[in-house]
Amino acid sequence: MAVADPDNILEEHHHHDPFIAHHFESAEQQFDSGKLGIWIFLVTEVLFFSGLFVAYTLWRLHHPEIFQQAHHFLDKNLGALNTIVLLFSSLTMALGVHAAQNGDNKKCGLYTLITMVCAAMFLGVKAVEYSHKWDMGIFVRSAFNYTNHHAEGISPYLLGLSAIPALLLVGFIGASVFTKTMDNELLPKFFAGMALTVGGYFLGVLVGMGFMALTAGDGGGHASVERVAPVVLHAQTADEHHAEDGHAADSHAADGHEEHGDAHATHAAEGDHAHGDDAHHGHKKSTADPMDRDVGVFFSIYYCMTGLHAIHIIAGIIALAWVFYRCLALHWRPDYFGPVDYVGLYWHLVDLIWIYLFPLLYLID
Amino acid sequence: MAGSHNEDHPPFNHPAPIPLLIGVFLGLVFLTLLTLVTSNIELAQFAFGIAMLIATAKAFLVCAFFMHMFWDKGFNILFFLSSTLFVALFIGVTLLDTGQNQNDIDQFPRAEEQSSAAPADAG
Repeated sequence: MAVADPDNILEEHHHHDPFIAHHFESAEQQFDSGKLGIWIFLVTEVLFFSGLFVAYTLWRLHHPEIFQQAHHFLDKNLGALNTIVLLFSSLTMALGVHAAQNGDNKKCGLYTLITMVCAAMFLGVKAVEYSHKWDMGIFVRSAFNYTNHHAEGISPYLLGLSAIPALLLVGFIGASVFTKTMDNELLPKFFAGMALTVGGYFLGVLVGMGFMALTAGDGGGHASVERVAPVVLHAQTADEHHAEDGHAADSHAADGHEEHGDAHATHAAEGDHAHGDDAHHGHKKSTADPMDRDVGVFFSIYYCMTGLHAIHIIAGIIALAWVFYRCLALHWRPDYFGPVDYVGLYWHLVDLIWIYLFPLLYLID
Repeated sequence: MAGSHNEDHPPFNHPAPIPLLIGVFLGLVFLTLLTLVTSNIELAQFAFGIAMLIATAKAFLVCAFFMHMFWDKGFNILFFLSSTLFVALFIGVTLLDTGQNQNDIDQFPRAEEQSSAAPADAG
């Protein structure tokens, strides 16, 4: 299809709708084609994610001990908070589609904006969660270097992650003011909406930090000791082990890690020997032990799955921004709302994937 | 419900009733809290199954009402749901294969085991 200039299209089709492409017979045919197209795309998305679900299933089935250890590092409260935020954004998206179906562009724009703000808020909470883990050296397997060290004040990783939204915020506010001086009707509103969206990210950061401080129980945003430190847990079980078996644990320790069943106790005894009482207080030594680094395998999967999901959130925000702009341009009508519906379907799929990621990655016991 | 069935809606336009959408959202929040609560209870081997069951109930709510499957064409629904069949095949066949080789994998020495095990024992 040759790209004609918009006036020309209007000229050609002045007898009917400018938004119905000329290769479609009717609005209904165009809508149904688009709908089938987006469903095909969603199927490819499901299959795309399923590769990671295969990795997850294999590791969990063959090495459940890694997942049991990993659960001490996870913050299920932040995960639940993010789940609610995402579910709420799904509701506003559905309401936005409803408004578009009734041709109510103003309401549709409002709901789309709320959806974008929630999406950015989700990323803000995620940034708090990621940076908190990075502070403690919880990276993917190859870089896993856990230390029970808590950064004072705001994490440098969080500042780094927030640099891009901060720049975007300044840019959008600037663009909004600049386009206003040019007497543009649409763009100042659009850029103001985008600035609000980026503001949602910072709201998410604040809420995430506050929520973490509240649920951690010690007021400083530092997770409580027994929740985050498997090394400490090991040391405690080692004490019990010693009480029961005396020197049996030592002989195990000398044998190294012969099998997975015993590896926990073995490692526990080692931890006790190597670090003594230090393990109970701020354990600063990095964990060179392969058993401990294996927790990193879980986090390789964790970062891939949540990271890919976060990329989908960002893509969703971009798609929603397009819908938002067209809301402002008053494009939607009862016989032309397809794009809102399609973006909505994509957004719900992102929610759908999170619905499975949350119990799989955060609720392990 | 207001304005759900307007005069000039073409046949392919089926707005979902607003009270239904809000009800679905509340149901989803309830199920999220439920899965959070059940994760704190000792359920041994059922925990994973229950968590997946709740997730699937949530997925059903999102698909049926938020994604308008309830009002959608049968072909689209069949098409989308068939993807779960292929995911099941993908996971199932891979599991068959790795289950077969797991003993060999467990016996294979780790790359860093020799180098890092020695100093740890010395301490």
